[in-house]
Amino acid sequence: MPKDGGIGASVVRREDTRFLKGKGRYTDDMNRPGQTYAYILRSSLAHATLNNIDTAAASAAPGVIRVFTGADITAAELGGVPCGWQITDKHGEPMKEPAHPILAVGKVRHVGDPIAVVVAETYDEARDAAELIDIDMTDLAAVVDMRTAETSGNQVHEEAPDNVCYDWELGDKEGTDAAFANAHHVTTLEFINNRLVANPMEPRCAIGEYDENDDNYTLYTTSQNPHVIRLLMGAFVLSIPEHKLRVYAPDVGGGFGSKIYHYAEEAFVTWASKEIRRPIKWTADRSEAFISDAHGRDHVTKAELALDAEGKFLGLRADTYANMGAYLSTFAPCVPTWLHATLLAGQYTTPMVHARVRAMFTNTVPVDAYRGAGRPEATYLLERIINKAAQEMGLDQAEIRRRNFIRTFPYDTPVALQYDTGDYDATLNAVMETADYAGFEARRAESASRGKLRGIGLSCYIEACGIAPSALVGALGARAGLYEAATIRVNPTGSVSVMTGAHSHGQGHETTFAQVVSDALGIPADQIDIIHGDTDKIPFGMGTYGSRSLAVGGSAIVKAVDKVVAKGKKIAAHLLEAAESDIIFEDGQYKVAGTDKAKAFAEVSLAAYVPHNYPIDEIEPGLEETAFYDPKNFTYPAGSYLCEVEVDPETGKVEIVAMTASDDFGNIVNPMIVEGQVHGGLAQGIGQALLENCAYDEHGQLVSGSFMDYAMPLAVDLPNFVVETVEGTPCTHNPLGVKGCGEAGAIGSPPALINAVVDAIKGYGIDHIDMPATPLNVWTAIQNASAKQAAE
Amino acid sequence: MAKVTMTVNGKEHSGEAEGRTLLVDFIRGELGLTGTHVGCDTSQCGACVVHVNGESVKSCSVFAQACDGATVATIEGMQNDDGTLGVLQAAFQEHHGLQCGFCTPGMVMSASELLKVNASPTEEEIREGLKGNICRCTGYHNIVKAVQSAAATMAGAAQAAE
Amino acid sequence: MYAFDLARPADLASAVTSLQTEGAQALSGGQTLIPVLKQRLSQPSVLVDLSGIDSMKGIRRAGEFLIIGGGTTHGTVAGSAEVASAIPAIASLASKIGDPQVRNRGTIGGSVANNDPAACYPSAVIALGATVETNKREIAAEDFFQGLYTTSLEEGEIVTAVKFPIPVAATYQKFEQPASRFSLTSVFLAKMGDGSVRVGVTGAGADGVFRHAGLEAALSADFSAAAVDGVAVDAGMMSNDLHATPEYRAHLVKVMTKRAIAALS
Repeated sequence: MPKDGGIGASVVRREDTRFLKGKGRYTDDMNRPGQTYAYILRSSLAHATLNNIDTAAASAAPGVIRVFTGADITAAELGGVPCGWQITDKHGEPMKEPAHPILAVGKVRHVGDPIAVVVAETYDEARDAAELIDIDMTDLAAVVDMRTAETSGNQVHEEAPDNVCYDWELGDKEGTDAAFANAHHVTTLEFINNRLVANPMEPRCAIGEYDENDDNYTLYTTSQNPHVIRLLMGAFVLSIPEHKLRVYAPDVGGGFGSKIYHYAEEAFVTWASKEIRRPIKWTADRSEAFISDAHGRDHVTKAELALDAEGKFLGLRADTYANMGAYLSTFAPCVPTWLHATLLAGQYTTPMVHARVRAMFTNTVPVDAYRGAGRPEATYLLERIINKAAQEMGLDQAEIRRRNFIRTFPYDTPVALQYDTGDYDATLNAVMETADYAGFEARRAESASRGKLRGIGLSCYIEACGIAPSALVGALGARAGLYEAATIRVNPTGSVSVMTGAHSHGQGHETTFAQVVSDALGIPADQIDIIHGDTDKIPFGMGTYGSRSLAVGGSAIVKAVDKVVAKGKKIAAHLLEAAESDIIFEDGQYKVAGTDKAKAFAEVSLAAYVPHNYPIDEIEPGLEETAFYDPKNFTYPAGSYLCEVEVDPETGKVEIVAMTASDDFGNIVNPMIVEGQVHGGLAQGIGQALLENCAYDEHGQLVSGSFMDYAMPLAVDLPNFVVETVEGTPCTHNPLGVKGCGEAGAIGSPPALINAVVDAIKGYGIDHIDMPATPLNVWTAIQNASAKQAAE
Repeated sequence: MAKVTMTVNGKEHSGEAEGRTLLVDFIRGELGLTGTHVGCDTSQCGACVVHVNGESVKSCSVFAQACDGATVATIEGMQNDDGTLGVLQAAFQEHHGLQCGFCTPGMVMSASELLKVNASPTEEEIREGLKGNICRCTGYHNIVKAVQSAAATMAGAAQAAE
Repeated sequence: MYAFDLARPADLASAVTSLQTEGAQALSGGQTLIPVLKQRLSQPSVLVDLSGIDSMKGIRRAGEFLIIGGGTTHGTVAGSAEVASAIPAIASLASKIGDPQVRNRGTIGGSVANNDPAACYPSAVIALGATVETNKREIAAEDFFQGLYTTSLEEGEIVTAVKFPIPVAATYQKFEQPASRFSLTSVFLAKMGDGSVRVGVTGAGADGVFRHAGLEAALSADFSAAAVDGVAVDAGMMSNDLHATPEYRAHLVKVMTKRAIAALS
């Protein structure tokens, strides 16, 4: 195949055409015959007992079909929203796993907790009627600060008297303590990893439809993984067997993790559509999204790094509080544990690592994975404390990292992972050259001449993605396998339909996957269709998150293609009257090795469906193959990021002057799309470090509940990015040699940016600032440090 | 309820709207033009940007009845007559200026007005001009490139026509 | 939104009549009011859309005054040659409000009538000592703004124009709130024909827009950054929220004032 279409080519995206014409088909764009509308009345209090809900007036309001409360859910004996991962704590006990009812029963536990649903002929009528619902609640003291949750005396759940979901640890504690005892220097850093709201631009939406002819349900939903929703909702909430339940996630307007989870609204509209025998649509507005989408991050950590006199890392200790919010969202328990503590070796040979994580219940919105999920938190921890250590020991930030790089592979970390391959010097060298690290001091001086404080910050990240080997995650508490499935349906005339369990909500799978198949089958990409998102069409799938789509989903496609080709060879051998072992497949042709005899892919495909001359005793007609691919290991993308900032010391405002990323993603299918993924990750990482902060007050009220107070990065806030990928180290264990690129930017950039800010203001004696580095926070840090310096 | 008539993408449309019906809901619900999206409720995200009487507006912050008699352009009217992508749309595709596609219609409509007002904007002017549109996917880098490219293409076409 | 009727008067008299309906409320550009309605924080029976009243639109110079019709959009002001030649700082201010789409709808009349403590226009109105013209009377800026979201407008009274005295020189220095992009603390500084210097501050005050007497006195005597250093700005009168402490706002008042001086020097 020419490289203008296959692997390695920056093919423009086929899906763009419909999006650019306004013909994308998002869930809220769909309307079902007889559709009704749901408005969800949510708690305005963070923590309260529900004494009585009077729905009489609302039920009688114009257009109202029915009003539902927790009592209806209880009467119907529906299950609660399930959690997909069970953590075993350090005493060998399972985590506390309180019930999460679809609509609140007895108590509300966060602002936004759903109390009642009005279903009406129109959205406005539903919302108008909701105003008539009379709720008698008794306000309770809210648990908000996870650091004091254990001793606050207030309980989010009866099952967790001290609000601890689990107290978990990983690594050799005694060995780590011994490493600290022998250290030349110990650096300590206490910091916050700020709570974020994913805010995909498309708010969540769900339409439930019951078909009484077949006793079938359909859920149209904004999901990253429709099969996971079918499994969780069907099996654990509504007791609907898979063959009676279709989940369809059409075009989805971004997810970033927040659309992985099974949400109560999905279960509600599906179930209630049978109750009222009409389809029900629910669409969140942005204000509702802020209090009902799972949030991300929200750790408070104390970390310590032990070093020898040369700056070699001897040991790392981390003690983290992780906020779970009021209920356990689908993957919440694994984020601060197996997706976080396992990454604490980073790119370094630190021999001893010990991590403790206490997951806390609070009266806040549930917290779960957000782009990077645990790995940004780990990278931030490491890359910040390394810079602090370098600052304390007078070492250059690049040099201290070089002294500690892992250089032999495979490498077994002290925190349970085995890195298969990598070349950390390559990305560090590349980024330092591209960003002109050597010339920085001259630029700093130039900025100073304009009254600006310039700083440069480095971050070297590694992530474990391509999630995940099923047996491994099963042993760690996952309640599902994390393989991927694909079907290659070769149609009689040789065109191909690819059914993938991965789901595209911005990643461009329709283009990338077609490139992979085009390359493998030697047929033009326009003869290949990629079908995703519909459980009725796709054999199975675990969806898209954890930068897994190409590494796992793409591998399943490759495996299914291999099966197609293997069968095609049998057919071709028959048609060409040759031995099967003599058939080779290349450039879309089945050839008899060493001869000019050949059959085109389409000819063989036709023979499979019109089997007049066919090895019918040996193989079946037809040409359709399915493969499930379970990865042998995680993949380990890695890279180095350099950020350069200018701080205005008068206002505290930080301007990003340059952001340079150098990544090793292994093999790359579509460089244009990979670069775009890095751009997006960088923007979200910069957002976390500079702008975004999901803040609660002491009563559990969300202070930053809209874009008026939650600062989203705009075009004016961001620089042009310099993004390069080094000729990488291909993944050793998947057939494409790919690693995953979706989360890298969000993982590598926050510490680079904060390191740069600290470098800029270190003259005041500042060695840390928490995210986000807003003008207020930077100015306050400078004020406090100046006052301290003046006092000394 | 009142009858509202407007010319949308060159065709006259009528429908029913309450006083509180927003233009975006009228376009999506009554006219079935679902390319215009709603991404926030504070007039900030710009997923709903359309042109009313030649000016870009946030259709979530204008009432449908207030547009009775108006000329409205939406993303569905931006392609060429033969169905191919217009210059700006093609530039977004060429430069990978979109990912999930949800903000894209509003982004294109804002960029379209930006180029109408300023045919050769600087990078800074483009970023300022897109201040009313939030994209969560792209980091804006490729959107800026797309707008620059479209400006150059349009300038080239204008020059060729002279 | 709660249900309401939308009235679309074509002239001021009809608008005034419509606003006499019980529960009626005026709607100008709607860029602030419509989001408020979406949150169901306001429940008008009739919303009187002023955007069809042509007599309220337009910009003209009358001697030593620049008069901007209440229904004139920020975009029109930002792009107006008349404004650029008379008081370029007003054009600059208008160009910094919101974003292009908000500027295409939002109006000066709506902005001053709403008196959002973080809005841009009130700082210019108060700093220049403008007169707010309504369908009933003329109101001096000092009397017009009465604290957060509060003005001396009576029920049903409509801002028809704002009449700005033309200063010798003026500038608007905006420091944005990182999320809303409204003013976090912004300063409109004007040098008037009588030699006085006037300083309007928006975004900062706990009671909304204000003039700072200390800064004005100091700068009228000595128009320099050094003069600003000698002035005490009281944090006690500043507002406090997620984005800025009172101390930070008080500090920014001085920083933005100095930048205004630099811009005019």
